[in-house]
Amino acid sequence: MNTSKHAIIGLLLAAIALFAPTAQAQQAGTQFIGITGYRVGPYGANGAAFFSGFIDYLHLVNERDGGINGIRLSWEECETEYNNTKGVECYERLKTRAAAGPTAIHPMSTGITYALIDRAPADKIPLITLGYGRTDSVDGRVFPWLFPLLSNYWDAATGIVKFIAMREGGEAKLAKKKIVLLYHDSAYGKEPHPVLEAESKKLGFELRMIPVPHPGNEQQSQWLQIRQYRPDWVIVWGWGVMTATSLSTAQKMGFPRDRMVGNWWAGSEIDTEAAGDAAAGYYAASLNLAGRDFPVVREIQKHVLDKGKSQTPAKTVGSVLWNRGMAAAMMTVEAVRTGQGKFGKKPLTGEQVRWGIENLNVDAARLNQLGFGAMVPPIKVSCADHGGSGLVRFQQWDGKQWKAVSDWMSGDRALVRKMVEDSAAKYAAEKGIKPACLSS
Amino acid sequence: MQFFFEVLIGGLLSGVMYSLVALGFVLIYKASGVFNFAQGAMVFIAALAYVTLAERFGLPFWAAFGLALAAMVLIGILTERVVLRPLVNQPQISLFMATIGLAFFLEGLAQLVQLWAFEDLSPRPLRLGIQDAPIERLMSDFNVLVSSFDLFAAAVAAVLVAALALFFNKTRIGRALRAVADDHQAALSVGIPLKYIWAIVWSVAGFVALVAGLMWGARSGVQFALTLVALKALPVLILGGFESIAGAIVGGLIIGASEKLAEVYLGPYVGGGIEGWFAYVMALLFLLVRPEGLFGEKHIDRV
Amino acid sequence: MLYREAGQFKTTYAADQQLFPIRQDRVAVLALLAVAYVAVPLLAADYWFNAILIPFLVFALAAIGLNILTGYAGQLSLGSAAFMAVGAVAAYNLELRVPGLPLLVSFALAGVCAAFVGVLFGLPSLRIKGFYLAVATLAAQFFIPWLLVKVGWFSNYSASGVITAQPMAILGYVFDQPVERYLLVLTIVALLALAAKNMVRSAVGRSWMAVRDMDVAAQVIGIPIVRTKLTAFAVSSFYCGVAGALYAYAYVGTVQPEDLNLDLSFRILFMVIIGGIGSILGSFLGAAFITLLPILLEVGLHAAAGQFGLNLMPGTTSMVQLLVFGGLIIFFLIVEPYGLARLWQVTKEKLRLWPFPH
Repeated sequence: MNTSKHAIIGLLLAAIALFAPTAQAQQAGTQFIGITGYRVGPYGANGAAFFSGFIDYLHLVNERDGGINGIRLSWEECETEYNNTKGVECYERLKTRAAAGPTAIHPMSTGITYALIDRAPADKIPLITLGYGRTDSVDGRVFPWLFPLLSNYWDAATGIVKFIAMREGGEAKLAKKKIVLLYHDSAYGKEPHPVLEAESKKLGFELRMIPVPHPGNEQQSQWLQIRQYRPDWVIVWGWGVMTATSLSTAQKMGFPRDRMVGNWWAGSEIDTEAAGDAAAGYYAASLNLAGRDFPVVREIQKHVLDKGKSQTPAKTVGSVLWNRGMAAAMMTVEAVRTGQGKFGKKPLTGEQVRWGIENLNVDAARLNQLGFGAMVPPIKVSCADHGGSGLVRFQQWDGKQWKAVSDWMSGDRALVRKMVEDSAAKYAAEKGIKPACLSS
Repeated sequence: MQFFFEVLIGGLLSGVMYSLVALGFVLIYKASGVFNFAQGAMVFIAALAYVTLAERFGLPFWAAFGLALAAMVLIGILTERVVLRPLVNQPQISLFMATIGLAFFLEGLAQLVQLWAFEDLSPRPLRLGIQDAPIERLMSDFNVLVSSFDLFAAAVAAVLVAALALFFNKTRIGRALRAVADDHQAALSVGIPLKYIWAIVWSVAGFVALVAGLMWGARSGVQFALTLVALKALPVLILGGFESIAGAIVGGLIIGASEKLAEVYLGPYVGGGIEGWFAYVMALLFLLVRPEGLFGEKHIDRV
Repeated sequence: MLYREAGQFKTTYAADQQLFPIRQDRVAVLALLAVAYVAVPLLAADYWFNAILIPFLVFALAAIGLNILTGYAGQLSLGSAAFMAVGAVAAYNLELRVPGLPLLVSFALAGVCAAFVGVLFGLPSLRIKGFYLAVATLAAQFFIPWLLVKVGWFSNYSASGVITAQPMAILGYVFDQPVERYLLVLTIVALLALAAKNMVRSAVGRSWMAVRDMDVAAQVIGIPIVRTKLTAFAVSSFYCGVAGALYAYAYVGTVQPEDLNLDLSFRILFMVIIGGIGSILGSFLGAAFITLLPILLEVGLHAAAGQFGLNLMPGTTSMVQLLVFGGLIIFFLIVEPYGLARLWQVTKEKLRLWPFPH
């Protein structure tokens, strides 16, 4: 008994002693990138693929190019477990790690993004939310520090509607059709509601929205409702295990998979492989193409993976989320490069990086140069448009891999833009923000 | 009407899946009076052990099943030795909290194993060779949708319950188990070794967890979310009573059916997603009327 | 030598009944408060306020709430986080819909709202106990966040269901710097903790303990069971509700009701078990332990791995954390069921006798 008590006290003392080396400084002279990642918990598999890609690309920049214009990259990953309070802790920790700050934060969680919306501007740290987060933050005049790069949820929703219209043979054919939105019952799942309702009014299709409670590994009753309703299409707004379960339950209910379209978080190999045969035929909107057939993937293989610099499992390489993580890293790196053009070749502060993102312009030629080719659409960010692309591309799971079945296309940009501006203006009024572009 | 029956049948069959998990709780509670919160974690770790052996090392079904069972027995024995024995004679609530600790421990362990075996935590598909698809004949002749996998699960549950009943009623160990459940002191005094009995019970619960894990894993992949199925089994227990195997089955059927009916018929009016709590609120209301559950034994407090 | 009460004579009832009857304890508490109010704000960096001190205080308050219910009144609850959610959402709506309502009043009223909900979900405790009751409180844990999300009114019809807390302003002064938020939280938590310490030794507190130790016997000696159990639920939920309001306003700044989930309820329970069941001090110790442990483990494991040149697979630390959490719970339940607070008591006893061994 007594020894155990001593053990407890010893443990506590050891714990306190461990606190000493926490404040290790990052290597001076590098561009430090703070990464709030997650690899465990219900969504850990998705996070692991994304952040592996992110870090593998950072490795590539260091190994092949010796950094950005000679400024090497350093980084630290902090595990958030997709939990908002842990996310805040990680953010606060990473903030202190380098004098210049953590470059730009990719929260990879809509919840953590919301928790950081007020903190980031106060700390002058840009947030990049690639295909998630607060949709109306596309309006950079109200949200100068938020960058929902590429496309946002409303682009995705209208894009999916357009894709369905294409399959049906034109928007006119959508009238009287029935579409179900099967969504993850969380902030993330609710984002597309307003725009889909608007689309339904405009195009005349019947819309029914059915929530799936977290985590979504039981969907019998949702699919019974779908079976009774007999929709023409089901839009799957899933995350984590929910997507795979949707696919297998659809099979169980005899609903054709090639009448189901997921968004880009419900369209990775992780989802379809877990569903097995049930997934064949399923469509998903995507921000980026899957596959290894890109020069940049070969470069990473050569400079990073073959040299044992990374622990990424071989099968993850070239997957949808891994490629997306790589693209996210590429945009961060290019933003720093853009910023260096104005502020000089040195580690940049959050403010300078923010300018870099706002003036980011990666056109098709530059994408080819970087080895990305057609993996992601060209992107040109401006103060008014913090997204920079708005394009989506549809892929279909053929039972083994994702195959692109459409070109880069946009949804109803005018509608989305109007709703973004309305929503941002409402937010600005609530918060007392005067919409304006930051000059530097 | 036909749709109503479809929902009802679907609900009853998914109730069977809850019962499979609830059975594990009942076994342990019956024999040791411990409410084992770690049952969900055991389901996860059992399914993961099987998948690791079958997919990573390519073992045939029976070999993988046997080795996974061995792992569960080992966990059962260690639990008895490390967690339960030192806590003997402690209030039940302490034991309950200890099993919450055990649940966390097993979840951490399982994910470490998964990370080691598969290098990531993505859901592992588990194939038992049975398609989760509608039965064609029922579909075409009666337009009633029944999944063949659900029927298979129901059959497995029936076999499992029959086997457990035989085990409890016809074997020496089974009789000893029932004696321990009735009265620890009396069982000890007639020479039944309590600690072995507990180890055996935890092993049997591990076996049940393995079967439940295979069924659930085959449906939605083996992954962390499997631990959450235990939360679905708790209202089943409240309804059925903690001590009754029959209660776990009947409770599961009732919860499964009413939950699905509520979601389909009531859900649309209140915004849906009521499945997450409906079973709990139902169990809570039920508790107010009959605190010992449908098949539970009535407890009399003595001062 | 230092910790000895010999020579301290009580000449009045007031002196005999004060909250900290031993002079050294009074000095220690005052010194602790002085450190918390003066030294910490001077020395600590923003990271400490935002990521460690504020959450520590908020969770300590919630742990006090649960400790009142579980440790003093003996009713196990797995729904603490849900009551925090009630408090957070109530504070938000009070601030939003009642113009000019002082912030502290809305925090208090948020606690009252949580107390009402707590009593409602405490009603089953009149018929059921033990883990039946624990499962019943799970109903609260699943139902309340669902309701808060589904009824748009609660989040002022925000599309995503996420609530953004208004700035904290008292008499026109806005508490937005980390150190200011810390001081505000510290004041509220310190006052409520003292109130709790006082309450548990009052008639109410003693009747809670009587019910905890044996409710039938308590009834026989004339303690009204219904009222006692329900006040325990009310007071406990009040504390959790205020903690929830602080969580929303001072700590995270936003609330997604689904964030205040079962996991958080468990963590609060762990704080109580590890800190010490039936101890206000223990609630603080447990909160400190559970808040710091994950950070220490992550930092420590990485440091250790760096030392030995190992390459940790990302995510390993979180799993080791689960292992350590689970292991510690079992360890404490077996070795020291009264938690860290008991260790402190043992130390105090030893100090009293020091330098003599017995």
